[in-house]
Amino acid sequence: MSSPPIPTAGDEPAHLIAARNLHTWFELRQWGFLRVGAVHAVDGVDFALARGESVAFVGESGCGKSTLARTLLGLHRPTRGEVRFAGRSLGTLSGRQLKAYRAEVGYVQQDPYGALPPFLDVRRILAEPLIVHGVGARSERERRIRTALEEVRLSPADEYLGKFPHMLSGGQQQRVVIARALILAPRLVVADEPVSMLDASVRVEILELLRRIQQERELTLAFITHDLSTVRHYAERIFVMYAGRVVESAAVDDLLDHPQHPYTQALLAALADPDAANATRLREVPAGEPPSLLRPPAGCRFHPRCPHFMAGLCDRDDPPEFEPRSGHRSACWLHR
Amino acid sequence: MRGALWQTGWRELRRYPSALMGMAIIAGLLVLALYTVIAIPYPEAVAKWRGSEAWQDNPVNAAPIWLDRLVGGDAPRTQVVASEAAPIEERVFEGGRRLRIPLAFDYDAGGFPSELNLFLHAPGHEQPPFVRLAWHTPDGREIALGGHRIGADERISISQDRALERRLGGLAPHIGLLADPEREEGQPQVLPGRHTLLLDVLAFDETAAFDAELVLYGRVHGIAGTDHQRRELSLALLWGTPVALAFGLLAAVGTTVTTLAIAAVGVWYRGWVDATIQRLTEVNMILPVLPILVMVGTLYSTSIWLMLGVVVVLGIFSASIKMYRAMLLPIREAPYIEAARAYGASNARIVLRYLIPRILPVLIPTFVTLIPSFVFLEASLAVLGLGDPLLPTWGKVLNDAQSQSALYNGYYYWVISPALLLMLTGLGFAMLGFALDRVFNPRLRSL
Repeated sequence: MSSPPIPTAGDEPAHLIAARNLHTWFELRQWGFLRVGAVHAVDGVDFALARGESVAFVGESGCGKSTLARTLLGLHRPTRGEVRFAGRSLGTLSGRQLKAYRAEVGYVQQDPYGALPPFLDVRRILAEPLIVHGVGARSERERRIRTALEEVRLSPADEYLGKFPHMLSGGQQQRVVIARALILAPRLVVADEPVSMLDASVRVEILELLRRIQQERELTLAFITHDLSTVRHYAERIFVMYAGRVVESAAVDDLLDHPQHPYTQALLAALADPDAANATRLREVPAGEPPSLLRPPAGCRFHPRCPHFMAGLCDRDDPPEFEPRSGHRSACWLHR
Repeated sequence: MRGALWQTGWRELRRYPSALMGMAIIAGLLVLALYTVIAIPYPEAVAKWRGSEAWQDNPVNAAPIWLDRLVGGDAPRTQVVASEAAPIEERVFEGGRRLRIPLAFDYDAGGFPSELNLFLHAPGHEQPPFVRLAWHTPDGREIALGGHRIGADERISISQDRALERRLGGLAPHIGLLADPEREEGQPQVLPGRHTLLLDVLAFDETAAFDAELVLYGRVHGIAGTDHQRRELSLALLWGTPVALAFGLLAAVGTTVTTLAIAAVGVWYRGWVDATIQRLTEVNMILPVLPILVMVGTLYSTSIWLMLGVVVVLGIFSASIKMYRAMLLPIREAPYIEAARAYGASNARIVLRYLIPRILPVLIPTFVTLIPSFVFLEASLAVLGLGDPLLPTWGKVLNDAQSQSALYNGYYYWVISPALLLMLTGLGFAMLGFALDRVFNPRLRSL
């Protein structure tokens, strides 16, 4: 018996998953009980993803994108705000419903070797989610495991079922991770830097595999990445994150061709461009480092590094989201 | 697929001769334990060890036979001469009968017996029969041993007869009766040939049975010798094997499994659960185990199962918790654990299926080397006088040997045989454990 699907509240909403004013903070304590502050890893994020949509969350390391991924998966409890899945807030789910939710979301991690228990073989690794969710019959499990392996192009399945993770290449390991994320037939897959630890040669294969599965199954796919150069090929929308917030979001082509936020512009300027003329040209890279998430700067978080810094405004007031182009949002006072 | 893993492990292990030796020793001990439990059932072993009639034909403090023969000795074995085989002359008279029972035997051993006893059974006689004893030597002398009135079950300790000893010129009767009178100077020598103890019985009953049994106790006995209560040490050495193995194994399993589980629970839940476990461990670490065991044994009971329980309970919050915790902490943060949470695995499943199995390979060698330490603990307790009151064990043999000053009296076999078995057990498990350590922790291989 499989876990029952999450009951939807009233009308089926247009969005599969949405974040409303989402904050995930990590409290810092001294001597185990004194609160001395909090790391504002995710600090006020709003978005909504439609069914079958593929999006990318882009940002530097330490901008809170992985924490956002874990909060969406229900691994972190939001400090404030909520995650809504199919119209219901995760915070209101009972234990059983939360377990059912976990079957609705798949998780693809960054380090494929670490993501697989080294003492289990591939068959057992793929069987575990099925066992957890009460797929009791061995034959049924075997059938679904084989289907999942075929789907991630590990065939013939018999060749891989008995292998342990260390016997597989990095690309094969990541395929097993993807198969595990898909085996419960989720509606949402969160992929946290799925290719950053793989050889360049297999990155494209894995990304294309994810893209193809996403389209075939009409999955909602949320990529977490720091690599703007490849986003165009597998995401329809991009969210640019900076210091725990989404600073700019738009359709992929629009954002890459017409970046609005100064941070996005700086990121794109820093991308390597395969042009011989660039070899001798120095690039402008935003000075400084990402801000401390423990004490984020007042006003716009990017203002200490921003070339368009307006004193008295950017360092005092938080910029709201403006819509300088249609469907293209940017949180910057420049678009006022 | 699991099978493949075990096969590789076995292939690895076979490369270490010490592992094979260790396994051979352990297998030998297991076979011995199994044989013992089947051949000498528990109630029988306990009853025999408590002391019974069964031992009365055994000599006191006799060395193992093979030990004497090994050094070229010809020490006498125990000889039993029973009246069933003797040609009995019987004469019936009014109101009774007269029996002449010659208990004849050939004696040609290199040494004298250690003791001489005559057991007489005269059940069902209305009036106690009367026996006159005479010893006939091969050279035709007759030595009168006096007369006795016999009860239903009588034991005549000929060796203890002080008057006879004086008549034999100060030689103990078991020596003087068998000695060659021609050789007065130096050590007495055995007079080889046919000796006869003649029983002249006057019974006041025409039919009631009368049996006699002369025992010439030897100086060597069986494969392990005997102790001060005529008990065969082989019984205790045999029964010590299953007891030691069971105690060691149960204590090792009991402490390792619970300790590991508690450490894993602490690591997984963190916070106050972990803090409580850590404080309990720290308190428990400074509690002295041996004095507590002595206290329990003195005030309550020295039953081996109670001792086992106390050892396990005190071992639960042992220092190993700290070690397991240090090993589990990094695993807790492994991505595969996070993945398991993401697909909804329960806390119990994560602890039991993902956390603990990861460190099991490292624990197996530790576990194997832990077993003999508990075997030694049990023996130490027995030597301290806290052995199980009923069960014969190696430690209790050592305890008896110590209380009877075995080494001072030259009964080395009494100390060496149980000590050897203890060392063999330790050696077997240690050899296997070290080899396992090398298989599971390859970094040690170069050492």
